[in-house]
Amino acid sequence: MERHLPVLIPLTLLTTAVVIPLAGGMSKRLAHPLAMVGTFLSLVFAIWGLARVLLEGPMRYHLGGWIPPIGIELVLDHLSSMMTVIILGVALPVLIHARKSIEAEHPEQVVPFFGICLLLLLGLTGIVLTGDLFNLYVFLEISSLAGYALVAVGDRQAPVAAFRYLILGTAGATFYLLGVGLVFMMTGSLNMADLVGLLPHVQDSPPVIVGFVLMVIGIGLKMALFPLHVWLPDAYTHASSAGSSLLAPLGTKVAAYVLIRLALFVFSREYAREELIVLDVIVWLAFGGIIAGSILAVAQTEMKRMLAYSSVAQIGYIALGIGLGSTLGLIGAMLHIMNHAVMKGALFLVAGNLRLKIGHSDLDRFDYSIQQQMPWSTAGFSVAALSMVGIPPLAGFFSKWYLVLASVEQNAWSAVAVIALGSLISAVYFFRVLERVYLRPPLAMGTATVSQTASNEAPLSMLIPVIALSVGLIVLGLLNAVIIDAAIAPLIPARWEKVP
Amino acid sequence: MIEHVQGLYAYWFITVLLLLGLYGMLLKRNLVKKLIAMTILQSSVVLFFVSSGTKWGGTVPIVDRVLGTDDPTKYISPLPHTLMLTAIVVGVATVGVAFALLISIYSRYKTLNEDILLDRMK
Amino acid sequence: MELVHSSIPLYAVFASLFAIPLILLSSRHPDLREMWTMLAALTKFVLVISLLPDALAGRILTTDLVDISPGVSLSLAADPLGVFFALIASGLWILTSLYSIGYMRGLREKKQTRYFASFALCLSATIGIAFSANLLTFLVFYEILTIATYPLVIHKGSLAALQAGRKYLVYTLSAGVILIIALAWTHQIAGSLDFKAGGLLDGFGLQAGTAVFLFVLFLAGVGVKSAIMPLHSWLPAAMIAPTPVSALLHAVAVVKSGVFGVMRVVGFVFGPVLMREHGLDFLLAAAAAITILLGSLLAFRQDNLKRLLAYSTIGHLSYVVLGAALLSSAGMTGGLMHIAAHATMKITLFFCAGAIYVHLRKENISELDGIGKTMPWTMGAFTVTALGLAGIPPVNGFVSKWFLGLGAIEADHLWALAVLLVSGLLNAGYFAPIIYRAYFRTPGKNSGTSEAPAMMVAPLVITALLSAALGILPNAGVHFHDLATLIASTVLGSGR
Repeated sequence: MERHLPVLIPLTLLTTAVVIPLAGGMSKRLAHPLAMVGTFLSLVFAIWGLARVLLEGPMRYHLGGWIPPIGIELVLDHLSSMMTVIILGVALPVLIHARKSIEAEHPEQVVPFFGICLLLLLGLTGIVLTGDLFNLYVFLEISSLAGYALVAVGDRQAPVAAFRYLILGTAGATFYLLGVGLVFMMTGSLNMADLVGLLPHVQDSPPVIVGFVLMVIGIGLKMALFPLHVWLPDAYTHASSAGSSLLAPLGTKVAAYVLIRLALFVFSREYAREELIVLDVIVWLAFGGIIAGSILAVAQTEMKRMLAYSSVAQIGYIALGIGLGSTLGLIGAMLHIMNHAVMKGALFLVAGNLRLKIGHSDLDRFDYSIQQQMPWSTAGFSVAALSMVGIPPLAGFFSKWYLVLASVEQNAWSAVAVIALGSLISAVYFFRVLERVYLRPPLAMGTATVSQTASNEAPLSMLIPVIALSVGLIVLGLLNAVIIDAAIAPLIPARWEKVP
Repeated sequence: MIEHVQGLYAYWFITVLLLLGLYGMLLKRNLVKKLIAMTILQSSVVLFFVSSGTKWGGTVPIVDRVLGTDDPTKYISPLPHTLMLTAIVVGVATVGVAFALLISIYSRYKTLNEDILLDRMK
Repeated sequence: MELVHSSIPLYAVFASLFAIPLILLSSRHPDLREMWTMLAALTKFVLVISLLPDALAGRILTTDLVDISPGVSLSLAADPLGVFFALIASGLWILTSLYSIGYMRGLREKKQTRYFASFALCLSATIGIAFSANLLTFLVFYEILTIATYPLVIHKGSLAALQAGRKYLVYTLSAGVILIIALAWTHQIAGSLDFKAGGLLDGFGLQAGTAVFLFVLFLAGVGVKSAIMPLHSWLPAAMIAPTPVSALLHAVAVVKSGVFGVMRVVGFVFGPVLMREHGLDFLLAAAAAITILLGSLLAFRQDNLKRLLAYSTIGHLSYVVLGAALLSSAGMTGGLMHIAAHATMKITLFFCAGAIYVHLRKENISELDGIGKTMPWTMGAFTVTALGLAGIPPVNGFVSKWFLGLGAIEADHLWALAVLLVSGLLNAGYFAPIIYRAYFRTPGKNSGTSEAPAMMVAPLVITALLSAALGILPNAGVHFHDLATLIASTVLGSGR
């Protein structure tokens, strides 16, 4: 069975995604437990896979027994096994949380919702695992289609947001596919490992150059890299609480992972940096994302929208790490992918709790009564927010720490300044929320009833995921060196600088 | 200059198609037109793959007794075509989702024009 | 210096951390809750005291926890400097807790549970700062301290308190970010972040420009908490906080962590050689001298007693900074002793201010006519320590200033001696009117008739007596003088 681990992870999700609508036809109540079982099982497989990779090294799985480069292969190496664990590890608490939230917000759509969630996870894990460029496109589109559907299940404006997301997302995917076509035309191979050997011979030919750039643009759209982020705020804001808390932590991060794979591993770092200036451009776009995202986040008055713009900024940090293209930069980017997934997950879950219990997440209407009613949710929010600001020893600090180290190493002082500025602006918009939640005197004094100060905490099934993710932030922070040594260091190419 | 055109008519056609699609997707105000432009864009990529797979003097990739199996250059590579089968399926699924969204938008706002839509969403 | 593995530094950090859940859980039983605070405070002090013999004998007890960055671990080391600072912080926490209980109950403040929990977290962070074995550990605890102090600063929840809180955060978080940059750069240059007596950057052949710029970054990082001008303005604003918090901010934890950080940066990051080579000592000394004089001058203009004390603190913190900048054995000893001296004296003054406020609801100096007659104990303690701050023997302020003066002569910086003397006069100048009003003016109408509650008067009398005792016997009890000279000799002696 261990031999089949790479395929078992997506297969479990696929099977569950098919079973959910069937079983859901019989009884709506079956959907959620099934989704939980499927996600849990595949998380177990993912952890098992990670353990195996750490102990015995990467494993490759040839689908249908066809030998690459003819057949499609799934690769479970350090990078991908870690990503699958992150994806499923964040998805599980989010799905636990989703039941009450989706039942309250969209009672009619419970069954399809969980089916789509599983499809999304299938797409995301597939992207991470595949070793084939075209197969990646297919998984990218599976996850995107599921994403459009998730966004569409939301408030009144959700379909419009979803349609915009669809148009831009499809444009991104098409660019990517065109790039794949150009590269395939010149090399005759779609297998990533195979391409590593073939590309150096043809990488200076115009089709490959154009193909590479098109692929980067396509992925940039999917990962909402500034200025290609325009679809993101609307999509996250109007989606259901449960949908946005699944999409926000995972969707864009997986695209960032593809960028790492492609720009730094399939094509080489030297190629992307010196021959084309792609990495430099990514760094500049990252600056734009960090600054613009942070400033726009300050301007928002709705919590989910604020978090969405904050995501744009955080994607900037990840892109910055990729663009620096050094060992430390990659460590920073990978850690930030992980940390940000956990932090944003926790924050969006709290937004869901607020919408369920208070009925809104308008920052202007936040006051002290929220903290009184929901002490645990606000505590979880505080931890995640402090982590976003970068207060040690929470996880968010350490990814920034490596990014600063990487920037200093390359004398990229502008990057240092941008990271510092971004942190400070994020402190502004998060402390603004904290201040309101903890200190602002209740606004509706006239209509205040006794129940307003009584406990009105979210149900346990929505509280435990929040607490779990926030505690996870402390653990991830303290154990970051362990994670780097075990999972990130082995994936650094041998000719790069050593891990310090 | 001429060498960039001669014999590459198909690619130029595809490029025009691609730009047409992009233009429509970004600038048309009607959502259905946007969707049409999107399919044009997708089709251009499909055509690109297919035409990149073609070759003079090659035949369909089915083993022919007369041609034998010694010389693979006599057959067209089947891979781009099969890839495009998948891509077309993906495209159809996307269009399906898009139409579902359009119906939902229309039933809520009674318009598919983006300007009017923006107005009514306020 | 001999390194010995031991978990006691870790226990010392955790003593108050473990008290937090207990405090939160017993929020409905104030007596039980306060018992946890006191218990944690006593445990912590005992643990720190138990580290003293080793520190004096030149043994460093260390604890390595997990790696928090490749090659850099979260590790604690109880070196003499750390023990010195931890002794002051944990010792005064006991008295501050006692006083807080009296103060908070006297005013029937809300959210006392949050208050005591934050207080305990602050102390954990402070002891963590004291025992940090490397810069990254230092930064971790430094930032925790920033966050833990915020709820205390905005405790009142009024608009003014919120604004003060924002100001506090703007300054301290910016400082934290700058410190991160400085750390990354140091790591890049030295490949290590471990504190080393004599300077971890020593011997890497720093260029002058790099050295100055890096030093300025560090100074901005630790300078905010030590209120070096022009980074001081959060401190008077934070006076909006309850008085025990001010006492904690000024005497025990926050600003002392700042000057402790300066000591670490000067002695253990840059080291005397590098400081002299690039003229960093002069830079630091000049900043300190300006802060001393301006802080004292600004204190003259204040009518609000706590704000006056705040400006006085700003001036006195820079005594410590000046002591570090002199790079002479006596100067550093004096600076270190002034950490202790200023702590005991300023805490007394704040306790007095708080006692007056709780008892008579008076905050301004102009209202204090004749108060010496109605509150003899409080004002007696106030007078003793105010004179001490002006440098009049036999209070401990005199001793540290004496060493600072010696240090200035030793370092051949006579202008520094002049600064110290002028500042002494200014100190006497701004404290004299208060004492005059208290004893020689006739009492106003609402000046009360009796002394403040015993729970508040007892701690302030104790700290005043402590100040006097340490002035007469500087080495009594916990061997502050021995420790200080030991630190000075390890920092300045090595690296030759």
